[in-house]
Amino acid sequence: MEWETVIGLEIHAQLTTRSKIFSGASTAFGAEPNTQACLVDLGFPGVLPVLNEQAVRKAVLFGTAIEAEIARRSVFARKNYFYPDLPKGYQISQYELPIVGRGHVEILLEGGAVKRIGVTRAHLEEDAGKSLHEDFHGYTGIDLNRAGTPLLEIVSEPDLRSAKEAVAYAKKIHQIVTYLGICDGNMQEGSFRMDANVSVRPRGEEKLGTRTELKNLNSFRFLERAINFEVERQIDLLESGSAVVQETRLYDAQKDETRSMRTKEEANDYRYFPDPDLLPLVVDDAFIEETVRDMPELPEARRRRFEEQYGLSPYDADVLTASRAAADYYEGVVAVAGDAKLAANWMMVELYGALNKAGLELSESPLSAEALGGLVLRIADDTISGKIAKSVFEEMWASGRSADAIIEEKGLKQITDSGAIEAIVDEVLAENAAQVENYRNADPKKQPKMLGFFVGQVMKKSQGKANPKQVNELLRKKLAG
Amino acid sequence: MSALHQKSLRELAAGLAAREFSSVELAEHFLQRIRAFDHDLNCLITVCDKEALRQAGLADERIQKGEGGPLTGIPLIHKDIFCTRGVKTSCGSFMLDNFVSPYDATVVERLAGAGMVMLGKANMDEFAMGSSNETSHYGPVKNPWDTERVPGGSSGGSAAAVAARLAPAATGTDTGGSIRQPAALCGITGLKPTYGRVSRWGMIAFASSLDQAGPMARSAEDCALLLAAMAGFDEKDSTSANRPVDDYAAALEASVKGVRIGMVKEFFEEGLDAGMAAAMDEAMAALKKLGAELVEVSLPHSKYSVPAYYVVAPAECSSNLARFDGVRFGHRCKEPKDLEDLYKRSRSEGFGAEVKRRIMIGTYALSAGYYDAYYLKAQQVRQVIADDFREAFRRVDLLLGPASPETAFRLGEKSSDPVAMYLSDIYTIAVNLAGLPALSMPAPLVEGLPAGLQLIGNYFEEGRLLNVAHQLQRTTDWHLQTPGGYA
Repeated sequence: MEWETVIGLEIHAQLTTRSKIFSGASTAFGAEPNTQACLVDLGFPGVLPVLNEQAVRKAVLFGTAIEAEIARRSVFARKNYFYPDLPKGYQISQYELPIVGRGHVEILLEGGAVKRIGVTRAHLEEDAGKSLHEDFHGYTGIDLNRAGTPLLEIVSEPDLRSAKEAVAYAKKIHQIVTYLGICDGNMQEGSFRMDANVSVRPRGEEKLGTRTELKNLNSFRFLERAINFEVERQIDLLESGSAVVQETRLYDAQKDETRSMRTKEEANDYRYFPDPDLLPLVVDDAFIEETVRDMPELPEARRRRFEEQYGLSPYDADVLTASRAAADYYEGVVAVAGDAKLAANWMMVELYGALNKAGLELSESPLSAEALGGLVLRIADDTISGKIAKSVFEEMWASGRSADAIIEEKGLKQITDSGAIEAIVDEVLAENAAQVENYRNADPKKQPKMLGFFVGQVMKKSQGKANPKQVNELLRKKLAG
Repeated sequence: MSALHQKSLRELAAGLAAREFSSVELAEHFLQRIRAFDHDLNCLITVCDKEALRQAGLADERIQKGEGGPLTGIPLIHKDIFCTRGVKTSCGSFMLDNFVSPYDATVVERLAGAGMVMLGKANMDEFAMGSSNETSHYGPVKNPWDTERVPGGSSGGSAAAVAARLAPAATGTDTGGSIRQPAALCGITGLKPTYGRVSRWGMIAFASSLDQAGPMARSAEDCALLLAAMAGFDEKDSTSANRPVDDYAAALEASVKGVRIGMVKEFFEEGLDAGMAAAMDEAMAALKKLGAELVEVSLPHSKYSVPAYYVVAPAECSSNLARFDGVRFGHRCKEPKDLEDLYKRSRSEGFGAEVKRRIMIGTYALSAGYYDAYYLKAQQVRQVIADDFREAFRRVDLLLGPASPETAFRLGEKSSDPVAMYLSDIYTIAVNLAGLPALSMPAPLVEGLPAGLQLIGNYFEEGRLLNVAHQLQRTTDWHLQTPGGYA
């Protein structure tokens, strides 16, 4: 039988507010355990939540970016369950009435087709703390620094048909939230977390199969592998005559498998009801307008602008707008270098090549955009040749010094004085009389190829510093006799 | 000159200003009365002798510098539901017997800021769940009018303390009648303000959409002075009302002539004690004499208020009390085997029977499959009840009725019958469901026991409520009656 995979994703994006969603405590990552949890976060008797307006603005930005309806009135509810890292015994979340309604994003499929993926809703909620099971000698440690950190939970429609599509969608959402600056996108720190609802059904069947929910997918790679494993597991079950059990499954990256966490029967009854401590959240047109007025440029718009403004190819524009960090970096290079195409080449070939080799992210690059711009500028204004520039780049990468300082110190400045170049050219021609003779007698069609020998000799004599363009012109003229 | 403990707040402020007595002397006087009487009455869970005298000393300095206000140097008792920094805040529960709050409730902070001196923390029904003060972990409070009888609840310790003149004023909270019913049973004046008028920050939540703090004292005038200091917007409470506080003291003096008062028909039907009905008649006659117009009005859906309340309040409490899990504060069972054991035993040992009953009712009402039939329906009923009031306030300025169907009942009389106990709040609950302000003030005694007259106002019309009550108290002496042995 042929099977069709159906996937929906729930993505939790931690919002980049300075303070928590319902208290004034800091949200900074990495502090000593329980030093960033105030009485509200600790759920002390008598404390009350007050909504952080910045979290609402970030949700509005996201909703606008995916062309969703922003609910003028949304409601915070309590999701009740007991767990030690959930101080109040309930999580404040939005349930029936979320702030962001139906929207959509577009993903690029292999082969170039564009597919529209529905976003069912996105709602605001608070994060729980962390339970630490190691190093406590049979006890569980609790760190409530994360408790109350604002999250935007983004729920997709079951529109995804493969692990690859799921990854493309997740990357698209990641791109949008980081472009908007509402989430730092850091997956290692848990700022961007994904759960996948996965089911299979016979191709052509309308009815959805029984789904499982996969948790703990903290990288795009794990997302893809977990879904692939789960799809295979479900198909095996169905083909062997068994049934899929509706349950939550945990992905184990080390073993590359999913295993059961809890079944539907063991699931909590969350007893949702509107939180009486918070009034319904009302946003009016003025609030929305004010919020989206300074909305950062979105990836699509930026890509188009890169093509038009900088004359980049669609491919280059796509690569350079893959993340907001890349696009910002590129524009930083152009601002200094001036030559947009040259800047694109240097960033994509030299910089990305070096980063790749070193296993570094762009954010960890030893070269700032200004530094790389300074190097590209010296190629653009003919101070150095592209070939010399490569060695300067290596020197910059290793020492962190500026291009100009290296060029100055090592005397790498290109020779553009035509008199000086002519002297070297004459020298080379005199030393290679036989080759000159050959060249002049050769078929004119073969001459351009033979010219390379002389160029090489001149460059060698000038230690690479002669301007190649001038060398070429002069040689052609002189060899023509 | 009357004894210090019989003086009104205005008289006390005047005496302090004129240096007839100091705040320290005042505090000592009331602490002395607490030592003398509270062994029998059990009004207080915690007495703060040292801290009270320290605060009184500071108040005296303020008064000497001429920086005192109308409440500076005057002692009071806080219901033990309000968090008080550095002082045990038990909420009447074994669960919080070991809990010392690290912060002050806004109500506590504001009254302290006004210069009031905290004598101690008042006994109460556990987590404010009860109408007789018998659910307290610290034992029942006795009614000073008859120590065989209950003081009402849940603010029973506050009401009994004020009635016995152990303090000139106290704070209370009212979720379904917890200020008005004990005020009625103890013969004092207690006001539940409009929902949102007084901040809930630091007030341990029972049912968040119904809870409201208010003053309890011997007269409407005293309540007006206290409310002025307690009320106002608080950015720490999202449900607090962002609107200016009226000048309640100034409002007291207006004439009652022509004020239209609606007698709530349903509050005078079967179930109302005959003696109570007679006391109400006498109070209404006095209001008429002042020039008020009395008309009959109907709140046709008020009979649904008790059932609606006993869905909404337990539902909210089941969630509000989830934080008492033995993990971060409060009672933790000894040597838990695992997490589930920790939860089960800490909560089983920490909570009393009535609290457990309500947590279970509320958990049930919110469960999948029952939510629509119970919680949602109760919220709809709530709206219908609020509409009844809206309709009534088109015709009248105030509503009137008894605060309780009968005078103080005997200790133990209703403790084995929860429904009978719940029905003692039958006249007070609708007001909480609608979020309206209401007060209870003494009517003539019924067979030697206090009877409470309830006045209900429109939203944020605390000023008018206090005005009518004050005018009535100017011409009657029901509020001045003191239980025997406490004069």
